[in-house]
Amino acid sequence: MSRRKTERLLSLVVCLLSSERYLTATQIRAAVPGYPQSFDAFKRMFERDKEELRDLGIPLDMGTNGVLDEEVGYRIYRQAYMLPDIRLEPDEAAVLALAARVWRRAELAGAAAGALLKLRAAGVDAKEAQQPEIEPRLQTGEAAFGPLWEAVRDRRPVTFRYWAVGRSEAQRRELEPWGVVNRRGRWYVAGHDRARQAVRVFRLSRIEGRVEFSGPPGSVTVPPGVDVRELVGAWDERAPPLQTAVLRVRAGAGYGIRRRASSEQAGADGWDRVEAPFSDVGWFAEHLASFGPDVVVCEPPDLKDAVMTRLKGALA
Amino acid sequence: MTPAGSPGTSADRLQRLLALVPYVISRKVVGLSETASAFGVSERELVDDLNMLWCVELRTPDPYCPIDLSYEGGEIVIGQAEPMDRPLRLGVDEASALLVALRMLAEIGQTGEVPGLADRSALSRTIAKLEAAAGEAAAPSAQVAVQVDQHAERNVLARVRDALDSGKRVHLSYYVPARDEPTERDVDPMRLLIVEGRTYLEGWCRRAEAVRVFRLDRVLSIEVLPVAAQVPAQAEPVDVDAGLFRPSPGDLRAVLELGPGGRWVAEYYPCESVEDLGDGRLRVVLRTPDGGWVRRLALGLGEEGQITEPAELAAAVRADAAAALALYGPAATP
Repeated sequence: MSRRKTERLLSLVVCLLSSERYLTATQIRAAVPGYPQSFDAFKRMFERDKEELRDLGIPLDMGTNGVLDEEVGYRIYRQAYMLPDIRLEPDEAAVLALAARVWRRAELAGAAAGALLKLRAAGVDAKEAQQPEIEPRLQTGEAAFGPLWEAVRDRRPVTFRYWAVGRSEAQRRELEPWGVVNRRGRWYVAGHDRARQAVRVFRLSRIEGRVEFSGPPGSVTVPPGVDVRELVGAWDERAPPLQTAVLRVRAGAGYGIRRRASSEQAGADGWDRVEAPFSDVGWFAEHLASFGPDVVVCEPPDLKDAVMTRLKGALA
Repeated sequence: MTPAGSPGTSADRLQRLLALVPYVISRKVVGLSETASAFGVSERELVDDLNMLWCVELRTPDPYCPIDLSYEGGEIVIGQAEPMDRPLRLGVDEASALLVALRMLAEIGQTGEVPGLADRSALSRTIAKLEAAAGEAAAPSAQVAVQVDQHAERNVLARVRDALDSGKRVHLSYYVPARDEPTERDVDPMRLLIVEGRTYLEGWCRRAEAVRVFRLDRVLSIEVLPVAAQVPAQAEPVDVDAGLFRPSPGDLRAVLELGPGGRWVAEYYPCESVEDLGDGRLRVVLRTPDGGWVRRLALGLGEEGQITEPAELAAAVRADAAAALALYGPAATP
């Protein structure tokens, strides 16, 4: 990118930071080298420069120095600009460096690196361990993560197409997003579903296509006391085991079933009687069917039917 | 979003320039090469940055240069840079990235058994200091939460930690679902990995004579052996960011057609390709070293997931299903 532009933006920041007063556009043009002669061309360039500074998070303040001033001026308040003092002990700096690694190559990796840069600039010595004993990672493979985080951050409603479980096509949803939650490695978004007028949780990997903003920033209100973590937890939590399956498991096989069994009794005919708790018939039937001829369901009947349906499906 | 410090747009470079001044000032004197590596740029680029800062000139009321610095003898000293001697405050994304990660570490550390995070007070102190420094920018981070799998047995985690801390070998009894059997092996621990919400031990498996990762919730029992771990020099740590499970050339290629009830397979397992067949159906290509795993997957899925390739595997699934149905009596077999 243009070196001249970087030089101009740098001078502009230094100029506005050093000033004790609001400077009008004309005063800024006089002080900062690099702006064009024509006032109209200057105005256009200055507008874009202001936008760039705001995008970087530089707090550009607008105002007048007195009631008699007619033209609005600009300055950057040092207090609003600067990172407050932060001093970290060596053990704190070490966990900070570890935290900055968590997003590596994921959506907020650039933000984490930018934050670390500023903290280092503040004097924090956050050196990365060469061979850390622990490597925690957050992944954001779902394309919807970026736009949904922006929507949550800026409080904007969104629309997207969503594949609900078992549906044969995706449906359009409109959501006021309250928060994004990673639970056991999967990302979810929770919020108010406008069409259904109710709280809903969506798994990001089931969102198809683009997430579009459907309202301006600030137009979503998160009700006080909402805990998105709890919402997602309640939605995702499997019901506690309510039923017990009675199974015949081939001796020496079905280890994955025995691991979760509540009782095991060896039989004389080469089959053991195994009791195992479960909550969801569909899910447990899928698990049992995967063991093929190493397990037979005795009870309950609906589980037995579900396993047989799966096996017949596999036979087709 | 590009990482700050990378050569890129004027915005990236401006961020770097604004951070460079306080970086030097807070350290009084710093070497050129050390600073260049801290910012991820070459020494030449750094010198160019320093020159640009030194050349900043404001023209009114009288021309003056607000920044005075030198880098003679390879050491940077900044004499004067009053208005920009502190870094820019953290943006919302920046504060959120670190705070969400720190809170995730705090949650992992809650078990009290994770190496490197055993001292939870360091985490809570850092979180408090960062929240204070970020101010308002810290608020939206509360809208992102990470919950870590707590399924791994605490005593398994505790022993893994002991072994890592003391540099000892472990003996694992480890469940392999694809083969539906426990396996016994000695492992020289390398790292604890927490990826996609699951906790793994990475180590040199003496049985496979290779680096392997073991999901802690599949460890049936673990014993710390009175033997020093010996991780061979050629043991290459897993590139966590490239994915823990990457296909190797010798892997089996299996093609499955999934119905609406089997679409979750495409979400849960890394697929080489996913093709939309319409009506909610998908065709996926999976690569795996172990055909037994795909065979079990297809048996469980029933009509919601059928293997189309390879034919032998499809035939094996049908044979398994027929044998299983036969156990329910003649009436069950079509």
